[in-house]
Amino acid sequence: MDNPPATRIFTDMTLDSDILIVGGGLNGPVLALACAQAGLRVTVIDAQPADRFSSADFDGRSYALALTSVRLLTGLGLWQGLAPQAQPMLDIKVTDGRAGEGPSPFFMHFDHAEIEEGPMGFMIEDRHLRPALIHAVQTHPQITCRFGETVVAQDTAAGHTTLTLGNQSQLKARLLVGCDGRGSGTAARAGLRRSGWDYGQTALVCAIGHEKPHNGVAHQFFMPPGPLAILPLPGNRCSIVWSESTATAAAINALPDAQYLDALRPRFGDFLGDITLQGRRFTYPLSLSMTQALIAPRLALVGDAAHGMHPIAGQGLNAGLRDIAALAQVIADATRRGEDIGAPDVLSRYQTWRRFDNAALALATDTFNRLFSNDNSLLRAARDIGMGLVAHLPPLRRGFIREAAGLNGDLPRLMKGQPL
Amino acid sequence: MQASQSTVDPAEIAKFEAMAAEWWDPTGKFKPLHMLNPCRLDYITAQIAAEFDRDLREPAPFQGLRILDIGCGGGLLSEPMARLGADVVGADAAAGNIPVARIHAEQSGLTIDYRHTTAEALADSGEPFDVVLNMEVVEHVAAPLDYLTACRRLLKPGGLHLCSTINRNPKSFLVAIIGAEHVMRWLPKGTHEWAKFITPSELETLLEQAGLDVVDKKGFVFNPVAWSWRLSDRDLSVNYVTASLAPSAT
Repeated sequence: MDNPPATRIFTDMTLDSDILIVGGGLNGPVLALACAQAGLRVTVIDAQPADRFSSADFDGRSYALALTSVRLLTGLGLWQGLAPQAQPMLDIKVTDGRAGEGPSPFFMHFDHAEIEEGPMGFMIEDRHLRPALIHAVQTHPQITCRFGETVVAQDTAAGHTTLTLGNQSQLKARLLVGCDGRGSGTAARAGLRRSGWDYGQTALVCAIGHEKPHNGVAHQFFMPPGPLAILPLPGNRCSIVWSESTATAAAINALPDAQYLDALRPRFGDFLGDITLQGRRFTYPLSLSMTQALIAPRLALVGDAAHGMHPIAGQGLNAGLRDIAALAQVIADATRRGEDIGAPDVLSRYQTWRRFDNAALALATDTFNRLFSNDNSLLRAARDIGMGLVAHLPPLRRGFIREAAGLNGDLPRLMKGQPL
Repeated sequence: MQASQSTVDPAEIAKFEAMAAEWWDPTGKFKPLHMLNPCRLDYITAQIAAEFDRDLREPAPFQGLRILDIGCGGGLLSEPMARLGADVVGADAAAGNIPVARIHAEQSGLTIDYRHTTAEALADSGEPFDVVLNMEVVEHVAAPLDYLTACRRLLKPGGLHLCSTINRNPKSFLVAIIGAEHVMRWLPKGTHEWAKFITPSELETLLEQAGLDVVDKKGFVFNPVAWSWRLSDRDLSVNYVTASLAPSAT
């Protein structure tokens, strides 16, 4: 005892890694890269084989990354390679409307020139983002990938947590993080109950090509059945998120491409000229699903695994990335203090930081959706007055712009553009 | 350590495991220490990194440093130091704490040399350390100058001594005795004796008499709104910490 080994690694080598991450989609790899930057060894496990994650062709899926999310990806060395394929969002126009009618006389207009930080965000296609993340984790020396392997059990003991995989092999680490989406098996195995509700709405998601340039402007039309978001992609293309009641969405989705476009045209309008379908069509049932807690012994949940929210305003991925930036900072600070990263007091710092923000955002998107997915004439008048007010009150408008850019709230260092 | 534990009665081990769980429960009996710990660790790690030119962003930044944790208890400071790569000796005058701390270190996969001994006995055995952690102990000892002199003798030339305690004034009586022991009941009544608290200038004098050169002072300040502790350059009115150096050889 008086002659301890001359070379000592600061993590215990009987563990497979410091952190086990279940879920290799978008959040899992980003968290893995952030934790590796803090000097930790990470294992990422996903039931999907790695080659299933990437589709070389454009498949219609894309993401609206807030400015703060872009800062995170920049800090992790990812954005530099993605930027040439991303479309900056220079302006967001929000309009209240009814299919077949013009927009109401009042609309909100958020121009990035009103805030000093630059564009509010960027659009990036799934086919670019996902393979970049997978490649980065597969080539990182501190990250081990276990793709194509299922988790069958998880156990917590004093000092570590153990995952059992489908082939009965076991992995041990100080901390387990669930990045496995709204059907999170990690949360379920930890006994964390979920609550939430169905909106009775389904989002139709696809990309369209159009004749005229979009000039980097994103549009959000609030229609009685649900919002229609039109988000600019590179070239004369847009990504659309079109919410309808579940029955209507199913009927529209069953239509052949030509009729699908016929259904979209009156809602979309002709401000970008004629439109065509690009890539595949997707549907996402809309529901709110939150776990009772973000943490359990030696476990933290991130993104949709903790809080699947209404995709209005594209806040789902951004909220997940904010969780990641906060959790990575809590873990990095604990590591530099020599604390056990899976200790309950360390994990509670993450929960305290993120729980209020996530609940507030889920509530805000929920309220927004209820308020706007409605044809009640009184509410419609109230919305028009509200939008008119925002349009004429610059400070209120700047507040919304900053919220869309992710600049409000207690930002983690990686989202301020600072080193972890 | 492992060999000697195998001879211990299993019922004793179960008892020690329960006590270790108690020491390390952030909401349990030692809640006040857990609340203070991140703030103490921020100070300790920053001071050691600055004195020995280490980068806390690197793995095992304290590798090669021998650190003594006096009054180690369940190992709340010893374990972080070991995790940062230091060779740690944890000493406690209460024999009961030693097996408890050992079991928890083993569960955490850490190698720490825990001993039932005192600063004076260790100093007499002539084992030198780069760093002596002397946190929340001096207000409990009978003869502070003798004790601090022993701490200085434990240091290598130029070694770093970090000492925290509680100020003696009406506010510390209200906060540390009435507040912590009687109102919040964070600490058992009688944990602290107000008359034994030491003002920063008294401590500075004692440290200098013990042969140490005081290089830094900070306050540990509790913020009841954020419900957490932070370091303060100015507010040393209740809990505070000092950094002092042993004379260098040259």
